[in-house]
Amino acid sequence: MTRTVIIDPVTRIEGHAKITLHLDEAGHLTDTRFHVVEYRGFEKFCEGRPFTEMAGITARICGICPVSHLLAAAKTGDKLLALSIPPAADKLRRLLNLAQLTQSHALSFFHLSSPDFLLGWESDPAKRNVFGLMAADPDLARAGIRLRQFGQQILELLGGRKIHSAWAVPGGVRSPLSQEAKDWILDRLPEARATVTLALELYKTLLDGPLQKEQRVFGDFPSLFMGLVTPTGLWEHIEGRIRFRDATGAIVADQLSEDDYAEYLGEAVEPWSYLKFPYYKPLGYPDGIYRVGPLARLNVCGSVGTPWADRELAELRQRSGQPATSSFAYHHARLVEIVACLEAIEILVQDPELMHGRIRLRASLNRNEAVGVSEAPRGTLFHHYKVDDDGLLTSVNLIIATGQNNLAMNRTVHQIAKEYIPDPVPAGAEIPEAMLNRVEAGIRCFDPCLSCSTHAAGQMPLRLQLLAADGTVLAERLRG
Amino acid sequence: MAVVTLNVNGQDVAVPAGASLLEATRAAAADVPTLCHLDGLNPVSSCRLCLVEVEGSNKLLPACSTAAAEGMVVHTHTPRLREYRRMAVELFFAEGNHVCAVCVANTHCELQDMAVTVGMDHSRFPYQYPQRSVDASHPQFTLDHNRCILCTRCVRVCDEIEGAHVWDIGSRGGQCHIVAGLDEPWGQVQACTSCGKCVEVCPTGALFRNTDTTAEKQPDASLPALLRSARDQHRWHNQ
Repeated sequence: MTRTVIIDPVTRIEGHAKITLHLDEAGHLTDTRFHVVEYRGFEKFCEGRPFTEMAGITARICGICPVSHLLAAAKTGDKLLALSIPPAADKLRRLLNLAQLTQSHALSFFHLSSPDFLLGWESDPAKRNVFGLMAADPDLARAGIRLRQFGQQILELLGGRKIHSAWAVPGGVRSPLSQEAKDWILDRLPEARATVTLALELYKTLLDGPLQKEQRVFGDFPSLFMGLVTPTGLWEHIEGRIRFRDATGAIVADQLSEDDYAEYLGEAVEPWSYLKFPYYKPLGYPDGIYRVGPLARLNVCGSVGTPWADRELAELRQRSGQPATSSFAYHHARLVEIVACLEAIEILVQDPELMHGRIRLRASLNRNEAVGVSEAPRGTLFHHYKVDDDGLLTSVNLIIATGQNNLAMNRTVHQIAKEYIPDPVPAGAEIPEAMLNRVEAGIRCFDPCLSCSTHAAGQMPLRLQLLAADGTVLAERLRG
Repeated sequence: MAVVTLNVNGQDVAVPAGASLLEATRAAAADVPTLCHLDGLNPVSSCRLCLVEVEGSNKLLPACSTAAAEGMVVHTHTPRLREYRRMAVELFFAEGNHVCAVCVANTHCELQDMAVTVGMDHSRFPYQYPQRSVDASHPQFTLDHNRCILCTRCVRVCDEIEGAHVWDIGSRGGQCHIVAGLDEPWGQVQACTSCGKCVEVCPTGALFRNTDTTAEKQPDASLPALLRSARDQHRWHNQ
């Protein structure tokens, strides 16, 4: 009899999902699926609303990365108004996104993923979380929490609140950065740098030791990588154009405009998940599998452009390849991106242009369709709006980072299950908890945000089910 | 000047003859809530929040449109009135589509403030989720029917102060809605002077400037009283 193992809910990610492992009658693994089981319908209920509301509305999609939606919506609004925002507004938005990347990556690394690395895959699931980390290594936990707080505090200094600010608007931003806020950022930067230095040292030690196998089997497969780069190919997070690089390192497409995304990105649908399956159109579905996010951004760029981040990027490439194809390297990439963000923040806050000049332009509607793009912590985010002549939305399409990693997450889960599940699984055998945790951890590499990706609500616990050929649940693990 | 004396919540007050009960309650420092009322505009008593109890009357009376009379004994905050006021605010929320988090008027909304005042933390009535439209045809302003509570401040300020009478109420019962001109898109109504007074007096985010985004609306509801007193006192040279 065939069986299906179901991990439901998946824990320590943002959103709600389950994983099913399908076994054939002999107990061999035949299929693995990462199901996203949420639905919210933002694209539909935004229709009829003024486009100027989209920054405020779409920021509500997610409490972790509201800034990403805010910026993508504001950028799309800029294009509908057909204006170029003032330099100070552009730099203030950049500062906001850098703070967002920093806080989100710190959350992913310290709060969500490091308990696996530091407490062990086999440790008690009840303690394998940030509270367990606090008990085991309070200094590290405190430093990680304060690093996230550093990013969050910048968001508040700029936007007036840590989450769901509506500070970026079509035409620019609402308020400038105060001198006190600038001083606070500069004051706290050394501590943030020290924390990421500590995390990098620790992580590299783990990579040389207990995490060697994970680096190899956690989603190491060839795929395309997509991300924004500057015109000269440097790391970019808000402006710039799209670049695709393949697993051999060749640039497949470069300087693509977000306006043309429908020409190179397709969205497939599977009946078992609310999460769409975007793919690179020229290669078709599912061969057009591509990854986005911190690893993809570092893979597609030539270099970051700042000294410390470039040193760390060189080491990442030395350890994991160029491009790095293991999904486990997302964790390392996140730390390198925090370095890049801290360096960029330091440069930006000392830029005199940040503090002077206009920060908001006002204009009437000048276009009926626009696409905005930004790099969210989890990858490239597209907002595509069509509006009538009064500026009311007639069509909304949001392509979310986590969705674009959907094919890769499924492949990662399958690879981990193949490696850690006994082959064949003896009839009636229990699946070890540590194995389930590794499967979950495969998903956590991508730091998925399912609230965003389905524009859906909820916490993200994990369920794993073992199903028989006829669909009956033979075994089930539930963690919330 | 003739005055009338009456008792509000146990306190004797004297107000000019012809003053409303609302003015009398203010003289007694009794904080009677209002939504549709606005100083400078004629009262319509549509929101029912200023209802008070008057001894000798078997019905509740709207303070804004009831004249103060000699010897009246008025109660403004009885348990029954508190309950009715809260119920009225709950009905406002249940009847429209009020999403404060993304509304232009968030933190500057009189309906939101009123919910706090009357102690409403949820509506006990089922939300109606009506299908309503947004009129963004005006080059400067937008009307979102989802947020309209039919207070008619816009109707009155446009008629009584601006003299343009762009706004009216169309349809009946639950289908009642604000209409511009002869139920035309606002941007096509030639009578509109684009003065923006309707936007300033709107207590919610139903009327707003096109450039306003979440929580950016900064209305000025004192405008009608200022303009009316200026007019009455002939402050303008051409009067």
